[in-house]
Amino acid sequence: MSARAWLLSDMPGSRRQASLGQWYRNWLSFKGNPLAMTGLAVVVFLVLVAILAPILPLQSPTAQALADRLQPPSAAHWFGTDELGRDILSRIAWGARITLTIVIMVVVIVVPLGLLVGTVSGYVGGPLDIVLMRVTDIFMAFPRLVLALAFVAAIKPGLESAIIAIALTSWPPYARIARAETLTLRQADFVKAARLQGASPLRILWNHIVPLCTASVVVRMTLDMAGIILTAAGLGFLGLGAQPPLPEWGAMISTGRDYLLDQWWVATIPGLAIFVVSLGFNLLGDGLRDVLDPKRS
Amino acid sequence: MVLNGGRGGGHHRLLVSGVAYELLRFAAMLALTLLGLIFITFLIGRVVPIDPVLAVVGDRASAETYARVREELGIDLPIHQQFWLYLGKVVQGDFGTSVITSQTVLHDLRQYFPATLELATAATLIGVLAGVPMGVIAATHRGRWIDHVTRIVGLVGYSMPVFWMGMVGLLVLYSWLDLVSGPGRLDIAYDGLVEPVTGLLTVDSALSGDWDVFRNALSHLVLPAGLLGYLTLAYISRMTRSFMLGQLNQEYILTARAKGVPERRVVWRHALGNIMVPLITVIALSYASLLEGAVLTETVFAWPGLGLYITRSLFNADMNAVLGGTLLIGAIFVCLNVFCDMLYRLLDPRART
Amino acid sequence: MRRLLLGLLLSATMLSSPVLAETPANTLVVAKNIDDIVTMDPAEIYELSNSEVAVNVYDRLMGLEIGDMANVAPKVAESYSVSEDGKVFTFRLKPDIKFHSGNPLTAEDVEFSLERVILLNLTPAYLFQALGWNQENVKDMVKVIDPLTLEFTVSEKYAPTYVLNLMSTVTSSIVDKKEALAHEKDGDMGHDWLKTNSAGSGAYSMRSWKANESVIMEANPDFRLGSPKIERVIIRHIPEGSAQRLLIEKGDVDIARNLTPDQIAGIAGNSDVVVETYPKATVYYLGLSQKVEVLRNPKVQEALRWLIDYQGMVDTFLKGQMKVHQAFWPSGFFASLEDTPYRLDVAKAKALLAEAGYPDGFKIQFDIANTQPYTAIAQSIQSTFGEAGIEVTINSAEVKQALTKYRARQQEMIYMYWGPDYLDPNANADSFASNPDNSDNSPSKPLAWRNSWDIPDITAETRAALQESDTEKRRQMYLDLQAKLQKSGPFINMFQESEQTVMRKNVKGFFSGPNADLVFYREVSK
Repeated sequence: MSARAWLLSDMPGSRRQASLGQWYRNWLSFKGNPLAMTGLAVVVFLVLVAILAPILPLQSPTAQALADRLQPPSAAHWFGTDELGRDILSRIAWGARITLTIVIMVVVIVVPLGLLVGTVSGYVGGPLDIVLMRVTDIFMAFPRLVLALAFVAAIKPGLESAIIAIALTSWPPYARIARAETLTLRQADFVKAARLQGASPLRILWNHIVPLCTASVVVRMTLDMAGIILTAAGLGFLGLGAQPPLPEWGAMISTGRDYLLDQWWVATIPGLAIFVVSLGFNLLGDGLRDVLDPKRS
Repeated sequence: MVLNGGRGGGHHRLLVSGVAYELLRFAAMLALTLLGLIFITFLIGRVVPIDPVLAVVGDRASAETYARVREELGIDLPIHQQFWLYLGKVVQGDFGTSVITSQTVLHDLRQYFPATLELATAATLIGVLAGVPMGVIAATHRGRWIDHVTRIVGLVGYSMPVFWMGMVGLLVLYSWLDLVSGPGRLDIAYDGLVEPVTGLLTVDSALSGDWDVFRNALSHLVLPAGLLGYLTLAYISRMTRSFMLGQLNQEYILTARAKGVPERRVVWRHALGNIMVPLITVIALSYASLLEGAVLTETVFAWPGLGLYITRSLFNADMNAVLGGTLLIGAIFVCLNVFCDMLYRLLDPRART
Repeated sequence: MRRLLLGLLLSATMLSSPVLAETPANTLVVAKNIDDIVTMDPAEIYELSNSEVAVNVYDRLMGLEIGDMANVAPKVAESYSVSEDGKVFTFRLKPDIKFHSGNPLTAEDVEFSLERVILLNLTPAYLFQALGWNQENVKDMVKVIDPLTLEFTVSEKYAPTYVLNLMSTVTSSIVDKKEALAHEKDGDMGHDWLKTNSAGSGAYSMRSWKANESVIMEANPDFRLGSPKIERVIIRHIPEGSAQRLLIEKGDVDIARNLTPDQIAGIAGNSDVVVETYPKATVYYLGLSQKVEVLRNPKVQEALRWLIDYQGMVDTFLKGQMKVHQAFWPSGFFASLEDTPYRLDVAKAKALLAEAGYPDGFKIQFDIANTQPYTAIAQSIQSTFGEAGIEVTINSAEVKQALTKYRARQQEMIYMYWGPDYLDPNANADSFASNPDNSDNSPSKPLAWRNSWDIPDITAETRAALQESDTEKRRQMYLDLQAKLQKSGPFINMFQESEQTVMRKNVKGFFSGPNADLVFYREVSK
């Protein structure tokens, strides 16, 4: 029996086979979607570039050469040079690291926070639910960018505060999704069963509810990653993101806009980079949703 | 995304006594949210490391001047006292004076908000008029090329850095092709010709019948509204498609088809009619987020809107202005939410108890 | 569907084709970033863009006029005299000057205007407080002798040019007393009303100021020097240089004020516009906080002076808008120190650092404003300092945030600008070379204080120069002070600004002097 046949078997012999089989089927259906595969390729490429930037044969992203500033794309500088004569190709590659860091860090903060607030609120209910949801509302009603700007200004402008600020403004929808899922799951038989067996609420939340909420949260997250990238770029554009000389893409656009008319590449190339990477994440997320959450695609 | 509990929760509550209860609940919710907003904004004002006195007296004022202004601004009072003082004034309709515009905050909001309102409304109109039909067609042609096109158009919209597109758009459509007007809301030549009634330049000029001003205002509006409209379209077409797919498999649709109701009618009347409530919710929320003021778009297009106003006030620690703007946005958000909530109750049979 | 979209697109395009490509003939349209304006009351005006409006709307006793930017001359005053002891100044006013309201301008208006600066105690009050005026004594110090004669007393003997220079600042603008008092609220001497309205006698009256939108001025046909040539001036808030460039190239504005050097280079081929350069008095410096031990070391201070690529920056991204200037008082004025001894010399700097005991450099925090060209300059400094092993961490923030930190003396190294309030060297010496009280709760916060530079001797020298009435001696004193600060101390003066203004080629007669309050529109024609 080939591995493929084993995975696709109608009658799996073990839980492991069933679950692996499910994964494999998902993968097959994902693979059949060219758009999603394109997205995956873009994201994999981004990750590779980010990891490999230090060992790729690139010029230094911070080495200045005032004599060579604002050079158009050429063999020496594939993407041209910026206002201080730095190689834009190398800055884009190093910038990928920053973008990826932001995306990962925001996810690491937002998903657990959203899950925690949402599941607790939904499971415990009562006054706690009201309080938590009111707090969520207030955060949702707050002008997002103002909150982010205020936060960044309050700590000090920089990558770390940008990450926290974006996380701070993007957790409420996750709390809502997790809460909604929890409300339906709370009445499910297996949860009732666990409760009857004397499982503590904490245990039920952690073992039964959180894992089931994760799927919809993760799908939402993938679709949000583009939004995170764009918000980060927006903060960089307003001068509140990564500090110079870090090659953050939004900050690169911000500087480049002064040169848009005559040296189009300075702003256009980081703009394209943001666009391509966001699109990649969106295509990936869209494909994932088709596979994991077909009822909502 | 409904304020009182999202999907699944909240709608199944006892109706105590219709209108009175609803009004009370609405008022309580509005008050609670706004109180929360004021409180958080106060905290922000506390922690932002910008000296608000600087915005008033600048960098070189004498110690005497500095001390006098500091006292006037009441910054040295304990924060809870500042909070109650502000609250007391707000209740009386006094939102204070902005230190950077020298006008009352209410006056400022009346000036800046219409610019945002005009942009947001135009963008939402574009998004809805184009996005809903696109979503419906994509759903009825699921898996065919038009569906893919819609999907790509939507995903591209989600992925655009709007400030960058704005710059490129200005470059191409204004500078090179001369199809639209440049940054700002009006050309100088048309400035001040129309008496502000609503503050929406297109509406005011149409009301007064001044079509030159109207054309000019529209030519300034087209590009930023088109861009934001595209973002809205991306969102709305996707949501419409997804809602429609949910409906098209429903039994009543199959029945209608079996009965020989024309397909056009099945789709555009029955199915679309049934998704109106969630669709309006989606539209309302996207409208609310546009009304927040698109700071980046406003920056690129020199559009004097609410987003720029709040941002600039924040960077000058002009907290009266920030509070006023935040409250306005918060109130809009809550009201739109409540509106959608009511819509559910009125129109959606499942939400009625 | 497609037809609908196409139709929408087409109709939008047709509807929206711009109708007018030029500005009205009687109106001058200026594109400028005016987001710094917070008030229009001359007793409060302190920012650049409103100073510029004020000089066109209000007149003053003394001042500089187009054609001579070196000597302060009487404006509203016809003549003046200084008493023997240098403490009493008497001004005779020109007759027949009228305010925009039609009221005659008399000594009573001048008295009112000078007194209200002290009594209102707003931002620029410190300028007059320096004359020994305060809320208790100002009514005695400033007196009307007769309708056309005003006399005021200062508490000590100062160089007369200093006092006359103060009488030529925006703060000394003459306000229409009757008009202001007609709008008085709770004894505020019309302050609230004047924030957004004007009551002057200048070449223009201000019709409106809308924050972050526009300032509109109308010609005053009865102006002292004759009616302005152009009827209306509209200053429109366009924050971005790139947007200003689009507008000026299209002819949607007549003058654009905030283009970057690279944008200026970009329009070089356009024969519809011309570029004029006006030297400014604003200087840019690197401040080294003396709280930081390594920055107290004179060898380190000198090494840093050799670690900046002054010329490289001026030749590239600052081209045409900055020149190398290494003294605290700008070049081109009385007592300017013109020599620029320092240039980038990494080897020399490394040797000095080694002598100082830092052969491998050190780490330092660097605060800047988060806009161009600050970020570019900071990165250039970061890069050249790096060549000598000095590891610079840039903290860029909103300018008010950076200033808040600076005034609290929490910075290590900062790049900032300084524009003199009036064109007498004391305006800069008093801040760079004076620190009467270095304690944390000092009432004044001059630049020397902000960099924790405790300098009793130099402070005394600055004071002495202020009181010296022999012009030649005084010049020498300021040259000595500048030479001293050029070689040692916490200030590395780097650049002096020039304004590059882009105008449609039909615009003639625009003039922009060395300070913001010397930008005149009255000679403009097109």
